[in-house]
Parts: sequence; structure tokens; C-alpha cells
Amino acid sequence: MISKGEELLTGLKEQDPRAIGRAISAVENNGDVAADLLAALDQDLIDKVLVLGITGPPGAGKSTLTAGMIKTIREQGQRVGIIAVDPSSPISGGAILGDRIRMMDHALDPDVVVRSMATRGRLGGLCSSAGAAVRIMAASGCEVIIIETVGVGQSEMDIVRLADITLMVLAPGFGDDIQAMKAGILEVADFLVVNKSDQPGAEALCMDMEQIFSAKVEESGITRVLQTIASENRGIDTLLATVHRFAEHLDTHGIKAQRRSQALDAETLDWILEILRPRFILAMKDNPKQTDPRIRAQELINTIHNPHNITP
Amino acid sequence: MTKQQIPYRVLIGKPGLDGHDRGAKFIARALRDEGFEVIYTGIRRTAAEIAATAIQEDVDVVGLSSLSGAHLRLFPEVVNELKARGGADIPVLGGGVIPDEDIEILLREGLNAIFTPGTPADVIIQSFTKASQQHRDHDFQR
Amino acid sequence: MTINKNFTDWQEQELDASLNRFPERKKEFILHGDAEVQRLALPEEIDDDYLEHLGFPGKYPFTRGVQPTMYRGRFWTMRQYAGFSTAAESNKRYRYLLDQGTTGLSVAFDLPTQIGYDSDDAMALGEVGKVGVAIDTLADMETLFADIPLDKISTSMTINSPAIVLLAMYIVVAEKQGIPAEKLRGTIQNDVLKEYVARGTYIFPPRPSLGLITDIFQWCSSNMPLFNTISISGYHIREAGSTAAQEVAFTLANGITYVQTALDAGLEIDHFARRLAFFFNASSNLLEEVAKFRAARRLWARIMKNRFEAQQPSSMMMRFHTQTAGNSLAAQQIDNNIVRVTLQALAAVLGGTQSLHTNSRDEALSLPTEASVRTALRTQQIIAHESGVADTVDPFAGSYYMEQLTDAIELAAEELIAKVEQAGGVVACIEDGFIQRQIEQAAYDYQKEIESGERVIVGVNRFQIEEKEKPELLRVDPAVEEAQVNQLRRVREQRDEGAVQTLLANLQAAAESDRNLMEPILDAVRAYASLGEICSVLRKVFGEYRD
Ligand SMILES: Nc1nc2c(ncn2[C@@H]2O[C@H](COP(=O)(O)OP(=O)(O)OP(=O)(O)O)[C@@H](O)[C@H]2O)c(=O)[nH]1
Ligand SMILES: [Mg+2]
Repeated sequence: MISKGEELLTGLKEQDPRAIGRAISAVENNGDVAADLLAALDQDLIDKVLVLGITGPPGAGKSTLTAGMIKTIREQGQRVGIIAVDPSSPISGGAILGDRIRMMDHALDPDVVVRSMATRGRLGGLCSSAGAAVRIMAASGCEVIIIETVGVGQSEMDIVRLADITLMVLAPGFGDDIQAMKAGILEVADFLVVNKSDQPGAEALCMDMEQIFSAKVEESGITRVLQTIASENRGIDTLLATVHRFAEHLDTHGIKAQRRSQALDAETLDWILEILRPRFILAMKDNPKQTDPRIRAQELINTIHNPHNITP
Repeated sequence: MTKQQIPYRVLIGKPGLDGHDRGAKFIARALRDEGFEVIYTGIRRTAAEIAATAIQEDVDVVGLSSLSGAHLRLFPEVVNELKARGGADIPVLGGGVIPDEDIEILLREGLNAIFTPGTPADVIIQSFTKASQQHRDHDFQR
Repeated sequence: MTINKNFTDWQEQELDASLNRFPERKKEFILHGDAEVQRLALPEEIDDDYLEHLGFPGKYPFTRGVQPTMYRGRFWTMRQYAGFSTAAESNKRYRYLLDQGTTGLSVAFDLPTQIGYDSDDAMALGEVGKVGVAIDTLADMETLFADIPLDKISTSMTINSPAIVLLAMYIVVAEKQGIPAEKLRGTIQNDVLKEYVARGTYIFPPRPSLGLITDIFQWCSSNMPLFNTISISGYHIREAGSTAAQEVAFTLANGITYVQTALDAGLEIDHFARRLAFFFNASSNLLEEVAKFRAARRLWARIMKNRFEAQQPSSMMMRFHTQTAGNSLAAQQIDNNIVRVTLQALAAVLGGTQSLHTNSRDEALSLPTEASVRTALRTQQIIAHESGVADTVDPFAGSYYMEQLTDAIELAAEELIAKVEQAGGVVACIEDGFIQRQIEQAAYDYQKEIESGERVIVGVNRFQIEEKEKPELLRVDPAVEEAQVNQLRRVREQRDEGAVQTLLANLQAAAESDRNLMEPILDAVRAYASLGEICSVLRKVFGEYRD
């Protein structure tokens, strides 16, 4: 009898949508097959895939832009994956995942693989599940993968670190959001996309951003601030072409590999925390001492790491 | 806090053309508030689009709403599209202005449960929970 | 009351003119016994405050109504909107109604037609003829109005996103009857903005949709002056779950957008403003609803006068149609719905509506049966003839509570409109989802109150009973879809295909430029291009809206 893991792996190779969906769930839910599955993914495909991160304030047009990019990527004959992340409710743990509404034009295209994910209130956990989802999609033949996330919280910003290239989407009229994000923008984003360029204020925003970006060393000579009207599919071809040129630049200078390895380190760290978490939660229950948290933490680590420890 | 260990994933979709999504949106939010992850596809979807999305998103349950009277055509169509895509195990729940005799037909055609106007949200959520749980158990056995 | 110059002015100008034109229904209005019913009850003292907030009926700010004598002159129009699945069946029904003395027809279209799909489109599956008549080509429109002289009637069409196409078909049918467009009377709903926030039958993104509306405004203002080119609708906003104040605010904000669009296109305010009609919801909270209608009327008058500087009183006057709240109808103990509809209809009348549709008791279950439709109409007739509320003008005026509530709703609506404008106007607020979120939140809160039992809905969450007898229900014959598809196929076979393709290409070229699309669409319609084909061309150029 073939195991569930093998079945999923075969499905992935055959690009079976059901298998892709289940494989991602298996990892997201820490299912039994996750480890075997992840170990057996085709590393070549994973190395080759281009991962784009799209972030920005709510309503800036990230999903619309993503839909536009899907269209262009498909016209170029490439298979594309999308991971759309929305926050979980801190109260109920539930979430409404609505990004794919704007991508429904591609619902029946077997070469557009979309997965909506909730942050599930985990610190590093989502980053690791999303990372695994990227690799699963890549192993199923996706050549470009887009991760969409709302750029508001730290955990969302972290997800972006999974990407080879990050695009920050802004739109005129988001003054306060933009002010709050200014520092982060420069740190995180490779490209600044001024969307809704049909709206008043787009030019000014562009100039503003160009100024911020002038600080970035421009050894590649590639424009970093671009304008789009996502709702009318305008500016997207140019955007993608520019992104691809930048990707080449990263590749030839070994920066992509460097970024990947940093991302893998970050993910590994996330997994460590994710895996240890339940054990420490248990340990805390078993050991309800009311000392200073810092001291207690050290004690708990010591207990868990002491193979001879005997719980009272 | 989290009511479900691992949140159930459900899809709420509106097949057909009617734009009255007040009920669908309410249920989506109510489910969210009960700890579900809800993939909302918006109005005006074909059965094929809904089924393909459900498969991609690996949901535990599909919930449908239709108020234009087209449920007899559209709901079973979703069930069939799911089957055709290897998702026969995903339960489909439906809601709308649906006369009793149609409910029987729909249940025969493979719908898991049908809700009519005035059904309390608690009852609907319970059905989603039960169907999700069954689906997870079934999944586990595979 | 002390003699007041403002009052005598009103009597001499507005009232006398009105009495001359429309004599009152009766010589005198009396209660049982011989006490006379006052036409218009007034406060002891008519001071500036009264004039500013209430004034006289038929006069700015129109709080007390748009006619000096209101229903003492003529009752509101009892207009029952109805959908029949095929053009032939509807035509039969219309001719029957016309024989009975009706002069206004009301057309409901099925959903594929409302969203610009032909009956054979995959998207139309199961929906053809379900909630109204299916119109694919001019041939269907010809059947719909066969043997009905279009210069003698007024036709109201509930059509929005593809309104320009259906209007073109209507014009061509008249043309074939030898009737010029300038003689045509009626209304198209044509209020696409509310589709994005509430009703959902949108096709194109908001901006090109506004372009189509402008094309209609422009073409009609010179070719079809008697036709109401838009009915700005709060009804569906309320059905989607908004509050009363939100209904007023978002409807008037949409109205402002249409007016501005028309002005930007070079139209004169006093030329088209009287062609704007409104459409509201009547819900069960009687006093709140009456206040809502009064507040809406006053606020619109102020907007038209102060902001748009309209000169003609008729430009400031909000005339509206009302329908009782479909969403309030329960599927349990459906006879209770008759009572709900009565309360709602009463609110509309006390609020001064110009026309009214009353829902039928069984509409929460299916299309209404003939018997239920009759009861719904009788409800209006009882209010008109038996309740006495139509014998005096704006009877709630001066009630402390009513005036306080009217002020409160007006203020809340004004503030919300200001918020929308600060956020860049209606289109920007639709795109960013602001309006949808407001409505959604209100709907969610309301439903939560019902779920928790805090808000009692009789027969639904309190006073339930076990119901054994199921009411008789009406169904649409599933064969309708096939017949309609066959009909469309026949038309396609018989028409000059080359001509159709050329005209569709012309239309595309026009859509890609800035030209008015009315003429190219008229040409395409004449050659029997279908609604779906025309909308496909426009979809290609304009794109499609996704919510
Ligand atoms: N005018 C204009 N509107 C746009 C443009 N791009 C997107 N929109 C509209 O902006 C709104 C928000 O777009 P989304 O793509 O959902 O934005 P988002 O950033 O994904 O939003 P969240 O996922 O909620 O954070 C939608 O109504 C779009 O139609 C544009 O270029 N111009
Ligand atoms: Mg989005």
C-alpha cells in the first residue's frame, strides 16, 4: 500500500490541485506526513522558482495587482502560484480570507494555484507554513510565486522576508499609513509600486517615494519606483519586466542565493520556536511557579534540556 | 480563545447571479467568530469556479447561498463539479429561499444540509462544525 | 393661528395653483359626524424656525411634502412591480392591465438580462426567466410591447448596468411603431452606484459605468425630454442591512455624484434635475421611517439649492417611489407579513411617497401568488380609502418626537455624506469598500440582535408555532429557459450576421474613444445584435468589476 505522503508527492508531480491543497494543509496543520513530504520535494524546482512578495496597506490594490500579474505571467506561458495571507482574529482564531475574490477570473486555470492562509496568531509559525507552501507550489511546477500580505504587523512583514524580491504597493490617499511605514518601506521593499495612478496625488506620491529610494545604492541601474493602474491592467507588463530584470541582477550577483539562505535561517528559527512551543506550554502547566518570567524561562529551558530530569 | 485546535476551513460561495449577499456575509462573519477560516468567493460564481476553488483551498466544507430560485440547478451542479475534481468527500451545505419539496430533492442530489430563512445562526454553525469534523475524521482515516 | 404673510403667500401662489390644476378628491373631507378634516394643521405661530425646518407643503424645503394638498388631490400611484418569465406572457399581462385602465407599466427583468448575459450564456444557467422577463434581442422587446402604443403609456424599467441597451431597444420598438423618442414617457432605474454597494448587478467598473449614464443623460436631454433617466435608489441599500440614516446618506451621496457627473458633461442643473427620481425602502419602525422620508426630502432640497444652486423649485423637490421592506418578511406564519406590510405602507404614506409597491405575504418563500398580490394591493387601498391618513397633509408635523427624529436623521445623514466626500467621494469609497463595510457592519449588528433575542421578530425568534399547512407556492416553469434559448438561436440564424459584426466593431471603436455610445448601440440593436454581444464588447473595453 502506498502511504499518504507518497500519494501526495505523486499528486504534486502530476500538478493535481487536490494534492497541492492537501500537501499545504498537511504542513500548515503539522500533520504526520509533513516531514516526509517536505524532504522529498524537488530541490531543483525550488531553487529555480522566483518568489515575489507583495505588501502594503489595506486597500492599496495588492490583490488587484496580483490578479493583473497573474494575467501577464499566464500570457507568458508560466505557471504561477499565489499565497494570499490575511490576519486571524485574535479573539476567535478564525479569519475571513477574501483576497481571492479579485483573482476569480483565473479560478478555472489549472496553472494558477491559489492558496489563502490565515496568520493563525502564531509568531513565526505562519512564516514557516508559508515557506513550506512556497516549496510545495514550486515542486508542483510553479515558476513564479506571489505572496500577498497586508503590510501592517510585524508578522506580516516577516512573511515578506520569504520573498526573493519584495514589492511595496502604495496608493494616493493613504497618507497616514505611508507615514507610519516609511522606515519599514526602505528596509523591506525592493520596489515601490504606486498603484491607483488614475487618482489625484499619484505623481506627488511617486516623487516622494523616489526621494526615499534615492538612498538605495543603485548599482543595478534599475528603476525602483513604478506606477500602475491595477484595476485597468495598466503598467503591469512594465512592472513585471522590470522585476524580472532585477531578478537576473540578483541572480548573477549571487544575491538571490544569499537572500534564500537568510530566509532559510529565519524559517528554521521559526520552526524551532513552533516545535518547542507546545512543549513549553506543557512544561509551564506542569510547573506553575510564580517567579520572574525571565528566570522561569531559563529554568524551563534547563528542565527540558536535562534528559535526566524527573518531573515532581 | 481558539475554539478549534486546528481551524476548520470552509468556503462560502454564491453560485448564480443574484447579488443578495447579506445572508452569506453574515454567515461568513459568524463562522469567523466561531474560529473558522472562511474563504469568501464573492457573488456570481459558476459551480465550476466554486468547486475548483474549494479543491485548491482544501476546505472541509462548502457553503452555498442562492436567493433567486435557481438552487435546483446550481447546488447539485456544485456537488457534481466537486466530484469531477476528486472532491466527492467535501460536504456541501446550502441556504436560501427553498421550499420543502426542493429540500428533499437537494438532499437526494447529495447536499449535506439545507437552511431556510429564519434558521438561527447557531444551528447553521453547528451544522458546519459537524460536517467539518466528519470531513476531518474521514480525512484522517485516509 | 394668527394671520401670517408667509401663509397667505403660500395660499395664493402654491395652493391655489394646485387646486386649480388638481381639484381635491372630495368637496369636503369630514370625520364620522360632521367635523371637518383640516387640510393642513399648523402651529399657533409661524415663526422663522418653522419656515426653515418645515415650511409649507409644495414649497422649499419640502419637509411636509412635494404637493400643497398631497393626497387630498390624488392618491399616490399604486404601482406593483411584477416579473413574468417570458416576453409573450408579460405582454398578455400588460394588455390586460391597460384594458383595466392602467397607464403605467413596470418591467422586471431576469438576472441574466440585468447583468448583460444572453440566455444561452453559461452564467445564465438556471436563472433565465426566474425573477423577471428575459430579453436577449430586439425581437424579445418587440414581443414584450406588441400592440401596446408606447406614446400612450409610461413604462418603468428596473434595469441598471445595461440600461443603455434596454433603453435603446425600447426606443427602436417605438420607432417601428412610428413613435418618435421625444414622445416616450417612463423611467429607467439606471442607478448603477448602488449596485456596487448593495444589489450586485454590476457589470463594468464604476467610472465607465458613470460614463454610460452620462451618455444616457446627454442623449435623452435632447431627444427624449419626457423620460426619467434615473431612479436613485436607497431601497436596496436598506435591504442590504443599512440603517435608516445610512439609507438616506448613501442614496443622496449617489444622487450628488450623478448630478455632478451631469454638470461635468455640460448639462444645466434646472434642465435635468426634475428628471431625477428617488426610490426608498419602508421598514417596520413606523415613526423612524416617517422621519426618514421627511429628512431625506429636506436634505435633498437643501443640497440642490445651496450646493448646486438650482433655481427652479421643481429641481429641489425630491419625488420618490417606495417599496415595503422585502427583507422584513418572515418565512414563518406568513400571514403576519400582511401586518408588517401594512405598517410599512402606512409609513410610506405618512412620509409622503409619490408611489408605492406593497410586498406580498408569501414573498419570503417564492414569487407571490395572485391572491397574495391582490391582498398587497388591497392594503394600499384600505390605507387610502379607510384609514383617513390621506385626508390631511403631513399629520405628524409638530410632534416633538417626530421633529426631533427628523432632525436627527438629517444630521446623521449629512455627516455621513461629508465623510464620504472627505474620503474622495462615492466612487473612491466604493473602490475602497468604505460604504460596503458600513452597511455590512450595520447588517451584522442587526442580525446579532435577532440571534440573541434582543430584537424580537414575531413568529421567528419569539411566539413561534409548529406550522403544518404549507402555503401554496408559485413556480417558474423550467421549460422557459429552453424556449428562450431556442428563440435566441432563431434570431441569430435570421439576422444579417455581417452587419451585426460590423456594427459591434463600430461600437467597440466608439467605446475606445470618448464618443457617446447611444447611437452606436441603437444601430447594433436595430440589426438584432444581442444584449450579451453588446455587453461583451463593452466588457472588453471597460473591464469587469469584481467586488
Ligand atoms: N481607481 C483605482 N482603483 C483600484 C486600482 N487598483 C485597485 N483598485 C481598487 O481598490 C480596491 C481595493 O483593491 P484590492 O486589490 O482589494 O486591495 P488590497 O490591497 O488587496 O486590499 P486588502 O487585501 O483588503 O488589504 C478595489 O475596489 C479595487 O478595485 C487602481 O489602479 N485604480
Ligand atoms: Mg487583498
